[in-house]
Amino acid sequence: MTLMMPAPEPEILANRDALIALLRDILPESGLIIDETARRAFECDAFTMYRALPLVVVLPETVAQVRAIMALAAEMNVKIVPRGAGTSLSGGSMPLVDGILLGMSKFDRILEIDYDNRCARVQPGVQNLAISKAVEAKGFYYAPDPSSQIACSIGGNVAENAGGVHCLKYGLTTNNILGLEVVLMGGEIVRLGGKHLDSEAYDLMGLMTGSEGLLGVVTEVTVRILQKPAVARCLLVGFPSVNAGARFVGAVIARGVIPGGMEMMDKATIHAVERFQPCGYPLDAEAIVIVELDGAQVEVDHLVGVVEEIARSEGATTTKISNSESERLQFWAGRKNAFPAVSCIKPDYLCMDGTIPRARLPEVLEGMDALASKYGLQVANVFHAGDGNLHPLILYDASIEGDVARAEQLGFDILRLCVSVGGVLTGEHGVGVEKRDLMGEMFNEIDLDQQLRVKCAFDPMSRLNPGKVFPTLHRCAEFGMMHVVGGKTPFPEIPRF
Amino acid sequence: MDPAAATLEIRDAADAAEAISLARSRNASFAIVGAGSKKRLGRHAPQPRELSTKALSGVSLYEPEELVLSARAGTPLREIEELLDAHRQQLAFEPMDHARLFGGATRSATIGGVIAVNASGPRRIKAGAARDHLLGFQCVNGRGEIVKSGGRVMKNVTGYDLSKLVCGSYGTLALLTEVTLKVLPKPETQETLLLHGLDEAQGLAQLRRASGMPHEASSFAVVPAGVTPLSPEGAVAAIRIEGPQISVAMRRDALIAQLKDCGASFDVLDQEKSAGLWAEVRDAAPVVARSGQIWRLSVAPSDGFKVVEALRGAGTPILAHLFDWAGGLIWLCLEPALNAHAETVRSAVDAYGGHAMLMRASEDTRARVEVFHPQPGPLAALTKRVKESFDPAHVLERGRMRAEF
Repeated sequence: MTLMMPAPEPEILANRDALIALLRDILPESGLIIDETARRAFECDAFTMYRALPLVVVLPETVAQVRAIMALAAEMNVKIVPRGAGTSLSGGSMPLVDGILLGMSKFDRILEIDYDNRCARVQPGVQNLAISKAVEAKGFYYAPDPSSQIACSIGGNVAENAGGVHCLKYGLTTNNILGLEVVLMGGEIVRLGGKHLDSEAYDLMGLMTGSEGLLGVVTEVTVRILQKPAVARCLLVGFPSVNAGARFVGAVIARGVIPGGMEMMDKATIHAVERFQPCGYPLDAEAIVIVELDGAQVEVDHLVGVVEEIARSEGATTTKISNSESERLQFWAGRKNAFPAVSCIKPDYLCMDGTIPRARLPEVLEGMDALASKYGLQVANVFHAGDGNLHPLILYDASIEGDVARAEQLGFDILRLCVSVGGVLTGEHGVGVEKRDLMGEMFNEIDLDQQLRVKCAFDPMSRLNPGKVFPTLHRCAEFGMMHVVGGKTPFPEIPRF
Repeated sequence: MDPAAATLEIRDAADAAEAISLARSRNASFAIVGAGSKKRLGRHAPQPRELSTKALSGVSLYEPEELVLSARAGTPLREIEELLDAHRQQLAFEPMDHARLFGGATRSATIGGVIAVNASGPRRIKAGAARDHLLGFQCVNGRGEIVKSGGRVMKNVTGYDLSKLVCGSYGTLALLTEVTLKVLPKPETQETLLLHGLDEAQGLAQLRRASGMPHEASSFAVVPAGVTPLSPEGAVAAIRIEGPQISVAMRRDALIAQLKDCGASFDVLDQEKSAGLWAEVRDAAPVVARSGQIWRLSVAPSDGFKVVEALRGAGTPILAHLFDWAGGLIWLCLEPALNAHAETVRSAVDAYGGHAMLMRASEDTRARVEVFHPQPGPLAALTKRVKESFDPAHVLERGRMRAEF
């Protein structure tokens, strides 16, 4: 299958030199990447299935530069694709051949740490983990921990509303930020929120979070920092069936326990992990669940007993309890190695990201198996069990003809299955280009039009990251919302992808 | 439904869609009313007609093990809280009760109204606001279209997070027809640690200290001197600790051990008294019980005391006040004035950052004073464009939030 992106606009391609000349007035030479070989480094993010060479890459260092670039792009009617660290798994920052790729990597400073108000003001290019590192000496951390946290940037986290393994208890990015500074497509700067806890009118900060770079470019983030839990302990529990594992997860929550993390892995993944780097996972189990309990020592010890008791009554075949920090980390080691481990089975994998109502897990796994056999492919499953977020890893070999297309089709079918049981297309990776054409599975045209109208309120000329998230482009004029700039209307004919 | 009546009782989303479409074509506007507990909240902008969600009632989905509940917008909060309570669960954002502010039966508000004003309680720092618990919704926008957004699962980034927008939109974007909420287990028990003998500034400093300790306290308030029976002699700082009994006792002792250098004397409220205190704080009872104009200020916790000091310095006639959210939320009762002292209050807030909302005042005052904090030009313009992306003809709650829409 070929991914259709908005058709390149010939007049923009023809005006590349003029655009670059004007960008030179805004940026030093070190902030401009013009040369084709150097631009190649930016042709995709962590969703590598599709690539495009950006028209030009800009790396601004100041808000004034971002503002000038955005204003110039609006004036010349050039598209902009924002990019953080380029770790999106859904192609959120895949470039456009007629668009400026706006890299925010030089915005890498922590501006202020305010322990008194338990927050930090940081620039968007700061790595997720760097925030926790900066405050750890005082016992604090930044809660959302996507698995790319050593590389991904906080600006990208805001764009994607990034999650991680501790979301059920500590929330996603949207629950852990207090303020944003945003440059809009016309170059206006708005500050949303701050160090206070709620908004004076509409919660535009909440709207920006997870908007995948389609509404504005984030130039500053105020994040909440939390005091690290006094202690964390883990249980590693093996079950003779996936059903038993799923029942156990439900029973833990029904008992009123909200673990810091609750992860499930299926047999295929357990075996792959044990082959990759043995960490003591039971090979006879059909599923394992890792439960992490954190908080005050006495509470954690008490809850470990409660969870152990539930495991027993749900028919666990193995229960191991961490009694030291090194044991706890060992339980996690296999989970953290899951992705590289499955790459040893097949050279390539596609990581899906549907979320389902947890109780539907057994039937979804069964359905997934049936679909995998239909396509002649294997699927390994890791699962944020507490919040129902599935990560089926579709294993394939890109060197085998037709495997890529089959993997992609299987992925689509799996996501359709998730939606059909009341779930959603994406729990934390974003829609991007990857799931764009499936949006109609979840939303009807009216639902999507409402979202597009919101887009028009921010970006009436559809210049900011077009071709992502929405399967169709619209003229904002159709919605009665477009301000025609200099007599130019975007999209001579409306592309339908 | 009688389409000509002054109050239209909506039975389903289709009814609302029809009424709103018709109003749009006639340039008419509607107020949206559930139980009516917040009728006097917002700018004074009387609408010729009302859409009532009263008949749109009932919990449509509740799966305790999945931590999810869906209810039609007109469902009374009381009904939802009783159902959750029977399963030892709760709305962790503990919405405040506007009945204390405006009169009326307690917990009679509808869930739609609770979401529309993003009503949130003392657990804000630990558990979040209403906006952090709305997973998805169905609504009718100002174009008369039935729109859904979000879902029923805990983790979802499919499309824009419109849940955040409708939370706290005061009905100006859409009429909510159904909401889906994340619900959470109710803590086994709670206690409150009281710190006596500190002044307000010292008490707030200790609250901020405690909120940065790993003891997972859930609420932090300072009740000024003179509120009986809690603080007849001097200000009291209160810290709520929730969880299993064994852990609550341990964390309370750990807090005392770490805070004792501040020179306060300590006292502990048991579960029942603690619950009672936080219901009072949630509803700002000591402040709203006074007759006078009520303001609600949201600032950085460390600025809370400074803002109140600045107001005192400017001679603002403060009749009563209360600090919640470790100083980040300030309730004020002021001696009534035609302009509600708006300029003084807002310039004190603006000096530090944050916002001030006029929560209770006469119709006359709410017609002449901006009830919601004014925004800078580009943000105000963006806010208006977002409004019009839902409701281009200003059919819904015209003028309730801003004069220009």
